[in-house]
Amino acid sequence: MTSLYELKDLSKRYTRGKETITIFEELTMSIPQGDFIAIMGPSGSGKTTLLNLLGGIDRPSSGSVECEGVRVDKLSEGKLAKWRSQHVGFIFQFYNLMPTLTAAQNVELPLLLTKLSGKQRKERVATALDIVGLADRKGHRPRQLSGGQQQRVAIARAIVADPKVLLCDEPTGDLDRASADEILETLQLLNRELGKTIVMVTHDPSAAKYAARELHLDKGRFIEAKAEPAQ
Amino acid sequence: MNDLTLIRKNLFRKKLRAILLTLSILIAFFIFGILGAFNRLLNAGVEMAAADRMITMNTINFTVSMPYAYWGRVQGVEGVRNVSHMTWFGGYYQDPTQIVQTFAVDPATYLEAYPEIVVPADQAGAFTTNRTCLMVGQMLALQYGWEIGDRIPLLSNIWQKPDGSSNWEFDVCAIYTGSEPEISTMAAYLNYDYFNESLAFGQDQISMMIINTTDPAVNERVAQEIDAMFANSPAETKTANEAAFARAFIDQIGNIGLIMLYVVGAAFGIILLIVGTSLIMAIQERTKEIGVMKTLGFPAPRIFRMVLIESVLLSLVGGLLGIGLAAGLLQALAPLLAQVLPGMTVTGSIFGIAVALMLGFGVITGLAPALNAHRVRIVDALGKQ
Repeated sequence: MTSLYELKDLSKRYTRGKETITIFEELTMSIPQGDFIAIMGPSGSGKTTLLNLLGGIDRPSSGSVECEGVRVDKLSEGKLAKWRSQHVGFIFQFYNLMPTLTAAQNVELPLLLTKLSGKQRKERVATALDIVGLADRKGHRPRQLSGGQQQRVAIARAIVADPKVLLCDEPTGDLDRASADEILETLQLLNRELGKTIVMVTHDPSAAKYAARELHLDKGRFIEAKAEPAQ
Repeated sequence: MNDLTLIRKNLFRKKLRAILLTLSILIAFFIFGILGAFNRLLNAGVEMAAADRMITMNTINFTVSMPYAYWGRVQGVEGVRNVSHMTWFGGYYQDPTQIVQTFAVDPATYLEAYPEIVVPADQAGAFTTNRTCLMVGQMLALQYGWEIGDRIPLLSNIWQKPDGSSNWEFDVCAIYTGSEPEISTMAAYLNYDYFNESLAFGQDQISMMIINTTDPAVNERVAQEIDAMFANSPAETKTANEAAFARAFIDQIGNIGLIMLYVVGAAFGIILLIVGTSLIMAIQERTKEIGVMKTLGFPAPRIFRMVLIESVLLSLVGGLLGIGLAAGLLQALAPLLAQVLPGMTVTGSIFGIAVALMLGFGVITGLAPALNAHRVRIVDALGKQ
């Protein structure tokens, strides 16, 4: 498989007062296009930080993050914002939908950054909501939807601009088992049918089983990696 | 959906807060509208003062008279086109509480001096030729139900007749209106000759002269010549442009402009603090949402602009409602105000200044929250649960 991401000698350190906290030290990894990776590990192991670096919402202390030949870590803030809007879809644990907007408007949000016409945007939104099975909920506001439904709206928002990669931070962490399974099945579908590369951070081993690969991160390095066929 | 949809939804997401903030701004601009209309009305005399018109009065002040003979002498000054005079009658109708601003004038020259006093030609003729004629303003006539042909008594609290009475009988023969709505039609004018001949004391004295020059350019020279003419006499004069006279008269009441500036300034200052603080808090509450928008790819300058527009929009909504309410109220009260404050309206210029203030107000109150939103770091914002 063609490589989508190349991470080389990636280090991330935070300074808190006089103390320097190291999250990674010279982490190197490659993520092939179309991969579905579950990153697991204890709290503070650097899972979310890694996801932030992949998504270009944080910058490494040293090393490089390369996506399709683009040095993401070198992009200016403006170019980085544009790059994110075109290449990455984000799915958060607490959905992070705009409470004042309807499901359809939430999904349409990333499309405001494109040059699509209103009609084209509506068509895209309808398709995205259809994929996640919420076409009949487009006029509902987040508070009128269940947790699982809200997360599915968030998935629709993440895929509506047709990004290559989906970065999911504990996407099922706030859901019951049944809803979590639905979400994971949807992610699996997006990976298999639409070829989306998915990097998912999770604490939940049963959620990780939906991924093609599991990576275990501890103290800034991968301690175990196993490849299993996806369910 | 577009950015404006997002701005509008954010603005009214907490309805009570939005209503209270709108109300605060509404009050500020309502005060501005009323005070602005009042200030403009006070200064209407200055604005409407004819460039070629000057006022001559006793150098002590306008309550001290000067000889009637001055009128004739001033007519001979080069550059003078018309000279009229007026004398304060101090009139009231039936009861001392029913004060009528009454002036004894030379009818023909007075009407020429003030073309903004509009009176039908036949009535103007009657005023000029009929010695007992009283020319009254439309609103004054309306107040007391006077009509052409009525014979009415006016009493003076200054002047007396040789028989000791202060009662003069007049025939209402002219009713004037103003060429502009701001011109008061609450005054009455009587024939000076008729009044002067019946005085027990103070005969042949006038309160002030109104001088029309051939060209505003000669005003200064004419004024100097007139004042020089009466220098070292028992009644020295002070001649000034009508605008300067009107300004001096307003200044005797007080510096209304400064009072207005303080009142409006204080209201704006307080509301600026309230709205500014509330907007900062509102944006802080939305830190996570701003972080999400940035994550999705909304650039920081666009978010800065959206917050700033939100603040300006709030200011415009409250401000336009406030100035609209002031305009509507003054419009509704126009019939009542016509007697005391004729033409007190929110004009286009007041509205224009108000809109400029709304925009400025919106930018000032929105700047800090917009900067805060601009600076939000995604990692910090998403870390907030």
